[in-house]
Amino acid sequence: MAKSATFNREIISRAVGDSFVKLNPRVMIRNPVMFVVEIGFVITLLLTFDPNLFGGHYPATQRAYNLIVTIVLLVTVLFGNFAEAIAEGRGKAQAESLRKTKTDLWAKRRTANGGYETVPATTLRKGDVVQVAAGETIPADGEVMEGLGSVDESAITGESAPVIRGAGGDFSSVTGGTKLLSDELMIQVTVDPGESFLDKMISLVEGASRQKTPNEIALSVLLAGLTLIFLIVVDTLEPFAHYVHGSRSIDVATLIALLVCLIPTTIGALLSAIGIAGMDRVIRFNVIAKSGKAVEAAGDINTLILDKTGTITIGNRLATEFIPVGSHTEQSLIEVAVLSSLFDETPEGRSVVELGKHKGVAYARENYHEANNVEFSADTRMSGLDLANGQVVRKGAVDAIRQYVRQHGGTIPDDLEPKTNRIAKEGGTPLAVIQDHEVYGLIYLKDIVKPGMRERFAELRKMGIKTVMCTGDNPLTAATIAEEAGVDEFIAEAKPEDKMRLIRTEQEDGKLVAMSGDGTNDAPALAQADVGLAMNTGTSAAKEAGNMVDLDSDPTKLIEVVAIGKQLLITRGAITTFSIANDVAKYFAIIPAMFMAVLPNLKALNIMFLTSPQSAILSALIFNAIIIPLLIPLAMKGVKYRPMSATSMLMRNIFIYGVGGVIAPFIGIKAIDLIITALGLAHV
Amino acid sequence: MTFVGSLGIILLAVITVVLAIPLGTYMYKVFSGQRTIFEGIYNPVERLLYKLMGVNAETEMTWYIYTKKFLTLNLVMFFVGYLVLRLMGHLPLNPDHIPSMNWNLAFNTAMSFVTNTNWQSYMGEQAMSYLGQMVFVQFLQFTSIATGVVMAIAFVRSFVTRTGTLGNFWFDFVRIITRVYLPLSILFGILFLALGSPQTLHGAAVVHTLQGAKQTISRGPVASLEAIKQLGNNGGGFFNANSAHPFEGPNAFSDVLGILGMSLIPTALVVTFGQFIKNKKQARVLYIFLMATLVVGAFVVYAFEAAGNPVLAHVLGIHGPNWEGKEVRFGPALSSYFVSATTAYTTGAVNTMHDSLTPLAGLVPLGFMMLNMIFGSGGAGLLNILMFMIITVFLSGLMVGRTPEFLGKKIQAKEIKLATVAMLVHPFLILVFTAIAVVSKAGLAGIYNPGLHGFTEVLYAYTSGAANNGSAFAGLGANSPFYNVTIGIDIMIGRYVSIIAMMAIAGSLATKKTVPASVGTLATDTYSFGFVFMAVVLIVGALTFFPAVAIGPIAEQLKMWATGR
Repeated sequence: MAKSATFNREIISRAVGDSFVKLNPRVMIRNPVMFVVEIGFVITLLLTFDPNLFGGHYPATQRAYNLIVTIVLLVTVLFGNFAEAIAEGRGKAQAESLRKTKTDLWAKRRTANGGYETVPATTLRKGDVVQVAAGETIPADGEVMEGLGSVDESAITGESAPVIRGAGGDFSSVTGGTKLLSDELMIQVTVDPGESFLDKMISLVEGASRQKTPNEIALSVLLAGLTLIFLIVVDTLEPFAHYVHGSRSIDVATLIALLVCLIPTTIGALLSAIGIAGMDRVIRFNVIAKSGKAVEAAGDINTLILDKTGTITIGNRLATEFIPVGSHTEQSLIEVAVLSSLFDETPEGRSVVELGKHKGVAYARENYHEANNVEFSADTRMSGLDLANGQVVRKGAVDAIRQYVRQHGGTIPDDLEPKTNRIAKEGGTPLAVIQDHEVYGLIYLKDIVKPGMRERFAELRKMGIKTVMCTGDNPLTAATIAEEAGVDEFIAEAKPEDKMRLIRTEQEDGKLVAMSGDGTNDAPALAQADVGLAMNTGTSAAKEAGNMVDLDSDPTKLIEVVAIGKQLLITRGAITTFSIANDVAKYFAIIPAMFMAVLPNLKALNIMFLTSPQSAILSALIFNAIIIPLLIPLAMKGVKYRPMSATSMLMRNIFIYGVGGVIAPFIGIKAIDLIITALGLAHV
Repeated sequence: MTFVGSLGIILLAVITVVLAIPLGTYMYKVFSGQRTIFEGIYNPVERLLYKLMGVNAETEMTWYIYTKKFLTLNLVMFFVGYLVLRLMGHLPLNPDHIPSMNWNLAFNTAMSFVTNTNWQSYMGEQAMSYLGQMVFVQFLQFTSIATGVVMAIAFVRSFVTRTGTLGNFWFDFVRIITRVYLPLSILFGILFLALGSPQTLHGAAVVHTLQGAKQTISRGPVASLEAIKQLGNNGGGFFNANSAHPFEGPNAFSDVLGILGMSLIPTALVVTFGQFIKNKKQARVLYIFLMATLVVGAFVVYAFEAAGNPVLAHVLGIHGPNWEGKEVRFGPALSSYFVSATTAYTTGAVNTMHDSLTPLAGLVPLGFMMLNMIFGSGGAGLLNILMFMIITVFLSGLMVGRTPEFLGKKIQAKEIKLATVAMLVHPFLILVFTAIAVVSKAGLAGIYNPGLHGFTEVLYAYTSGAANNGSAFAGLGANSPFYNVTIGIDIMIGRYVSIIAMMAIAGSLATKKTVPASVGTLATDTYSFGFVFMAVVLIVGALTFFPAVAIGPIAEQLKMWATGR
C-alpha cells in the first residue's frame, strides 16, 4: 500500500474543508459532547445579535463579549471536526488510489461452450472462470485453477517484488487488481461484485464502514453521562445565583462558556480521531483489520499461538557445527563438506559454505566449473559434486549415506551412530559427509530461532501474554526450540485439530486467543480465535476466516497488532483523564469570575490572579479550544506504549495525564489571560 | 485542638476497624450459609419464620427476581407504615394522645423510614405515639437496613456466582436480622440502658421543679430504639434533639457507643466483600482509603470548630472553640468525629447541631453525603463504593491498555450505562430540587435564615434526602407540603433508582465469564488503585458540587473570615 506522509498539505487542506461540512447538525448529533457545543454556539450567536434575547438589560458591550464567546465556540467545534477529518484524510487518499486500480477492468470469461468472451470485471460472479495472460490485471479475487505465474501485488501490498501464484496448495489465491507478470492463469472467481478484497479494503481505509467499537461505545456513554451531569450543574447554577443575587442573574453566554469548559470536549473531539488513527496505524503496518473490534480485542489477548516454522524459526535449518567421525579431523571434514555444498543453492547448502568460510575454509566456484553438480533428489536424499578428477563428494541423510557407503564397500566408523543420535536428541538434523566411500563426519543442521524473538516473547510475558508454539516436530525437537525461543508452552506433533482444541480450552477459561495462519486447514482455528491474522499469501479460505489479513505475510506482526490495540485504549483513557482533570483549573477560573459582583469574597478562589471576570472566562474557554489541536498529534500517534506491569503503567499514565491534566490548564489559562490582558481585551 | 482530642479521634477509627474485621468474617459466614454460633437456636427459628412468611428460602434468584422481592417488600412496608402514621392517633399505646399525621408528613415519614433515611420532619416526642415509635420506627429501622445490606450482598455474589444467580432474598433478609442486627441490638440496647437511656411504656413524666414550676419530661422505649437507630444506620431519633438529648445520648460513653454502632456494620461489610471475592487485600485497600478520608474529615471539622468563630472574637472578644450547638458532655473532638461518622456512614443521627458548625466544618458532613460512599450505610454504601470502583476501573483500565475488567468481569457499555445512571441520579436530585426550592415561593417560605446560610440549609436537606442520610442541618422549616413531598421524592429516587441500576449491573456481571488475571490485568487491590479510586471519587464529586458549595459554605466561610478580620 502506498505509504503517505503523516500530514501532507493536500490532506490538511481537505480536512479544513471537511471541518465545515461536518458542522451539519445531522452529522454532529452522533457526537453528543460536541453537539452540545454546537448548540451553545447557536445560542451565543443569537445573543450576539440580541444580548437581551433571554431578558435582562445588558449594555452594548455585552455584544462584543458574546461575539468572542461565539467565535471561540465555533472554533472549538471546528477543531473537533478537523481532528476527525484529518484522521480520515489519510484513509481517503489511500482509498482513492485503490479505487483507481479497480476502474475499467475487463475480463476474459469462459463461456459454457468452452470459448471466451470479454466482459467488464464488474459483471463477474462467484464461480465464473476467467483467463488472464501475462501483462494483464487480474479482474477479480479467485483461486488459480491452472497455471503458475508471477504476480505483482504492489497495488495492494506496496511490496514491489513479485510473488508466485499457482494452482493447488496454499499459494493459489489471487486478488483482483493485482497484475500477472508472466505466464497464463485460469482463475475461478470466488466473490461477487462489491465483496472483493479490494472493495473491503477501500471501505475500510475510507472509514465508510467504520462502526464504533464496544469500548468506544462504553466510553461515549460515560462521556454523555458526564455531559449530562455538567448540564445539570450549569442549569441549576442560574437559579442558585438568582437566589443569591436577588434579581440579577448570570448572563447566558457565560453559563454556556462554563458548560463547554466543563463537558469533556477534549476527548469528545478526539475520540473518533483516536479510533480512526488506531485503525490507520494497523493499516500502515500493512495489516488489514476487518473491524475495529478486532484491533481492540488484540489489546486484550491472553494467549498467542504461533507456528514454529516461518514464525519463530527462520524456517530453514542451518549448519551450526561440523562433527568429524573416525580418524578424520574437523579441518578435513569442513573441506569436504564445503566442497559438497559449493553449488548447492538451498539455504542448508549455503549455510554450510557460510559456516565453512567462518571457520577459514573457502573454495572459489570458478576452480570447479568442470565439476558435475549433483542436486538433491527425494530418491537419493543426497547432493554433492562429481569432481573433474573423479572424486565424489556427497552430503545427505545419514541412513542414505550409510547405505551408499555400504553399497560401495566402504566402512562405517563406529562413532557415527552415537554422534548422529546425539544430534537428533538435541532436536537438530544430522547430515553425513563423504568423499568417495569414506565417511568424514556430520554436519549439524539446526532450526534457527529468528533473531530478537526471545526478547519479543519476554516483552509479551511482561504484557501478561502467554505464547504457545505449534509445531509438527517431535516433542524433543519442539522442546529444544521452545527453550531457545523462550516461549511459554509448545505443542509438538501438532495437527490442525490440536490448535482448535487449544483455542477452545483457553477460551473456556475466559481467555482471549490470537493466532496466525495461512493454510486452508488453519481456517477453522482462525475463525475460532478472537484475533485471527491470516497471511495474504495464504488461501482465500484462511483470509476469509481471519479477522485480520497481513499483506506482508509476516506472522510475527501479531505482536505489533497487540501493541497497537493496547495503545489505542491507553490513548483513549489518557485523553479522557486529561480532559476531566482539566476541569479543576477551569472552575477556579470561572466560578470566582461569575460571582465577582455579588460574592466578592469568592475572589479568594481566583488563585491564578486572572485580570478580570471576562478575561478569566475567555481564557478558560480559549484554553479548552486550543488544547484540541494541540492534542491531535497525540491522538494520531497514540500514547507511547512500553510493556510493563499494569499497576506501574497505571501510575505512570495517571501521573502524566491525570496530575499533568490538573496542572497544565492552570499554566495555560494564566498564559492566555496574560495575552488577553496585553491585547487590551480583558475588559470588553 | 488538643492532643487528647486528636488521639480520641484516631483511637475511635482504630477500634472501629479492629471490631469490624471479625464481624465482617462472621457476616460472610452468615451469608454464605455456613454454620455460625448458636446455629441450634437460629436454625429452627428461621425455618419457622420462612414457614410463617410462606417463602422458599432455598431457590436461587436472578437479579430480576431478587430485586422484585426487594421492591415488593418495600412497597408493602411503605403502605403499612403510611397507614400506621395516618391512624396512630386512634390506635393503642398512645398515653400522650398524639394525633395522627397529615398526608404529606405521613408520606415523607413513611418514605424516609422505609428507605433507611430517617429524615424527620416531625418532632419525635410530640408527633409519634409509642406504637409509632415501636411498630413504625423500630420495625422499619430493622427491615430497611436489612433490605439494604442484602442488596449489596447479592451484588457481591455476581463476582463469584457460577450459575448466574445471586442468592435467595428471603434467606439473606431473615438471616441478617436474626443473626446480626437482633443480637447486636439487644447488646447495644442493654448498654444504652446501663448508660442511662430510659426504656418504658409510661407516658411523659410530670415533675415539679425546685422553682416550683411544672415540667413535662418526655420518655418512652428509648434504649431499644437507640440501639437499632445507630446499628442500622437509621439515625431517626426518639426525640427531636436526637443524640444530643440527654436520654438518647446521656454521656460521652453513650456517644462513643453510638459512633461504634453506626460504624460497625458498614465497615464490616467491606471485609465481607473481601471474603466473598477471596481477596482480603482488596478489603484492606478500601479500608485504608475510606477510613483515612473519614478521619481527615473529622480532623477538618475539629480544626475549624477548635479555631472558633472569628466574628465572635472580633466583635465580642470571645475566643476559643465554637461551642454553639454542641453538648458540653461530648466536647468538640468527639462531636467532630460524630459529625463525620454520621454522614460518612449515612446514619443521620446528630449529637451536634450541624447548622451551628462553622461553614467549612459544615462542608464536611455535606461533602460526605454528596460523595455518599465513605463506607456509606449498610449495603447502600457498599453498592456506591462498587459503583465508583466500576467507573474507576473503566477509566484506569483503559490506561493500562486493556478493555476494562473488574474482578475478572468485563466492564462494557451496558455496565457503564447503568453505573452512569446510578452516579448521575444523586447529583441530579440534589441540584435540581435545591434549584426548585430556592426559586419557588413554597421553598423560600421554609428558609428561616436568608442568604448564604439559608442556601446551605436547603442544599443540605436535599443532599441528606438523596443520600438517605436523614440528618438535618436544621434552620429549615421542612414540615410543609412542599418540603415533605419534594424531600420524600428525593429520598425515594435516591434510594431505588441507584439500587435497581446497580442490581441490573450485578445481573449482567453474573452471566459473564471470569477472565483470569495476568500481569497485564489492572489489579484493583493495590494502593495505587486505591489512590486513583479516591482521586476519581473526589474529582467527580468536586466537579459536580463545586459551584453549589462555592456559593454555600465556601462563600460563607470567606465572608466570615473577611468580617472577623
